[in-house]
Amino acid sequence: MINLEVPKKYRTLVDQARQAAVAFLRPNSRKYDQAEHTYPKELDTLAALLDGLSASGGGAGTGGVRRSAGKRKKGEVVNGSNMSLALGTMEMCWGDAGLLLSMPRQGLGNAAIASVADEDQLARYKGKWAAMAITEPDTGSDSGAIRTTAVRDGDFYVLNGEKIFVTSGERADCVVVWATLDRAKGKAAIKSFVVDRDTPGFELVRLEHKLGIRASDTAHFRLDNVRVPASNLLGSPEILPDKGFAGVMQTFDNTRPLVAAMAVGIAKAALEETRRLLAEADIEIDYDRPANSQPAAAAAFIEMEADYESAYLLTLQAAWMADNGKPNSLQASYAKAKAGRSTTSITLRCVELCGSIGYAEHDLLEKWSRDAKIMDIFEGTQQIQQLIIARRLLGKTSAELK
Amino acid sequence: MVGLSTSEGLGAEPHKRTAIGSAMSVLNRLAGAPLLTRLGIKEPVDRVVYGATKAGFTLANRTFRATGSQTKPQRLPSAGDSGVFDLNPTEDQQLIVETVREFAAGELRPAASAADDKCSAPPELLSTATSLGVTLVGVPESLGGVATDRSTMTNVLVASALAEGDLGLALACLAPAAVSNALVLWGDEDQQATYLPAFVGDDVPAAALAIQEPRAVFDPFSLRTKAYRTAGGFVLDGVKSLVPRAAAGELFVVAADLEGRGPALFLVESSTAGVSAEAEPAMGLRAAGTGRLVLSKVTVASTALLGGADAGVYAECVRLARLGWCALAVGTGQAVLSYVTGYVNDRVAFGEPVSHRQGVAFKVADIGTELDGMRLVTWRAAALAARGLPFAREVALARKLCADKGMAIGSDGVQLLGGHGFVKEHPVERWYRDLRAVGLMEGAVLV
Repeated sequence: MINLEVPKKYRTLVDQARQAAVAFLRPNSRKYDQAEHTYPKELDTLAALLDGLSASGGGAGTGGVRRSAGKRKKGEVVNGSNMSLALGTMEMCWGDAGLLLSMPRQGLGNAAIASVADEDQLARYKGKWAAMAITEPDTGSDSGAIRTTAVRDGDFYVLNGEKIFVTSGERADCVVVWATLDRAKGKAAIKSFVVDRDTPGFELVRLEHKLGIRASDTAHFRLDNVRVPASNLLGSPEILPDKGFAGVMQTFDNTRPLVAAMAVGIAKAALEETRRLLAEADIEIDYDRPANSQPAAAAAFIEMEADYESAYLLTLQAAWMADNGKPNSLQASYAKAKAGRSTTSITLRCVELCGSIGYAEHDLLEKWSRDAKIMDIFEGTQQIQQLIIARRLLGKTSAELK
Repeated sequence: MVGLSTSEGLGAEPHKRTAIGSAMSVLNRLAGAPLLTRLGIKEPVDRVVYGATKAGFTLANRTFRATGSQTKPQRLPSAGDSGVFDLNPTEDQQLIVETVREFAAGELRPAASAADDKCSAPPELLSTATSLGVTLVGVPESLGGVATDRSTMTNVLVASALAEGDLGLALACLAPAAVSNALVLWGDEDQQATYLPAFVGDDVPAAALAIQEPRAVFDPFSLRTKAYRTAGGFVLDGVKSLVPRAAAGELFVVAADLEGRGPALFLVESSTAGVSAEAEPAMGLRAAGTGRLVLSKVTVASTALLGGADAGVYAECVRLARLGWCALAVGTGQAVLSYVTGYVNDRVAFGEPVSHRQGVAFKVADIGTELDGMRLVTWRAAALAARGLPFAREVALARKLCADKGMAIGSDGVQLLGGHGFVKEHPVERWYRDLRAVGLMEGAVLV
């Protein structure tokens, strides 16, 4: 039966996540926006707290984003970890997206490990903080063209190359590095390797200075003959033309809705604050009267909230499908594309509507509009999402629709 | 003078006619008519545009009479709450939607172009829609329908499925259901006993919900159509706009401002003295035979007041009508998406299908993305309404989204076909015209 409300069983979780966001994230939001590259120590307390609340939904990490929630009777509809994670992520990013991205043990690398690691690897990396390294100086969206190499040497792989845009790369315990076993064999030869931070040759080049999400560190690494145990390769070591890259990319089917959820959380924060400021300016939102009969600012608000609502529900749809074992690559991209672009335009417009209050650093609106932009870029840019969606809708291969 | 000063601005003052302008105007009057006649254009134009005006005055004269006896009005209970986020329709809903979709694809779509031309829907299609239960799904079993709980969600799914065939014809099919749904929701026992039996029979009356009025920035909460109290009932005065199947209508639910009470709903039979209809063909929705309903000193009994002039009832009526338009937009958007997907894959330019170009493909991607969002936002509002929960916010957001993105989809639909989209060989130009209605229509449908 069609129902698009937050499931009963997750209402407590959403409430807890909101409280954590109010108590830990918001109060530190401006502080770490200004003190870029300073470790937000308050997060250690919060992380410990969230570990206690097992289904906290704090990030993509420990819970993992494995498909099909396991025990499910035929025909039964369930709400599972993908849904709870999305809901929790929205609330936490309502608090602060940069800080959520900095949450210990909640890295994208954790998501990759949780999604594709074998039992042994899962046990080995339990409780560890794992970052993810895909992008290279000359390879952005085209992750099939990465140049970092992995060469087998006995019980080890030797990695060489350069990785940029590694979220929490310096703070994490380990980094999941994407490398190719054989550049001539294309995408199928790309594998991911868990590299411990203290491995010799794994060198931090610098931390980036950014437009937004400044609480979250972004590292640039050089890999110079980094020796990684062969058992640190995630998934199958064989180069299977059909499966290889798809397996790696599968991580993204599951994490795209989470980035969408982050975007939704930021948009929600901006809209709530804008509505409060509009009310102070005697502009009330009336949902019954036609938007065109209301003040322009009220009409603008309704338009923004409509886009927000669309992004919110597209995100929950993608999560719901994952929980119910339905292929959701298309819907995950719908969510990411819509949430990424809507949140950017919503937060920027909120700044405009709120005038100097919106633009100045006394309030957080300007920060949210800077934080928002990355949501339309990382985990696949707007244009990459459009490509994925268009190929699906039109039935085109990546060779036909480039 | 270059540009416009701020005190003037576009449209600030009426255009002033100069001597040359007057001369041109006279020339136009002399030249226009004979030219049209010579080309054989004028007559068909007149027939379409003005023909319905004459017919409009001979409104059908069915007598509605209370049958059976009820001691209290029959209401549908709210739909249940599973507590689980779920996007699967029930089995019953799937069955109904499949049937309606088949009808829409097999019968509505092929008839759409001609119906658009003629400004009317083929009667046999309307009766098929009736026999499929388009009206019955909202009426309780105890009153001869098939509904066991509030049918808002089902109605939305049905409206979308119909509109996937054609929006104008969907509106023609759904117009009577707006009235029967209103009677189920707010009718008292006598009103239900008098009018509902006709809606569950074989010969469902043409009926419509008339809220819209002909003026700019129309606000349904601030009506110019007035209702005045008299000794035995009310007198209604005013003009309603874009009423579907107005000329054929036998029963109308009319929104009017009841002096001292604000907007209220009235049941008005077309046979009542002072009720007339005028054709009001528009840029789209033409198959629905839209017209103006003119009420001049129409006297109705006190029993004509529907929902007791309750402000909550009226607000819910406006919301459920808007929700219906959202559902229609979703269906039409789906039609656009399917059509352009096929077209851009088949159309070859520069040696390959145009869909291989990002400029084309990304437009299709955006249609898909926005359309899915429209569907979900509409569904959320509908599911809340079916459960009897507040849904004012959700329906407002659905309306804004469906109005804006729906129109963008209509425009992109034409754009993706280029010049071919502009000519009537393809349906996209009709969807462009139809989708413009979503952002401005009030009433007419009610889910």
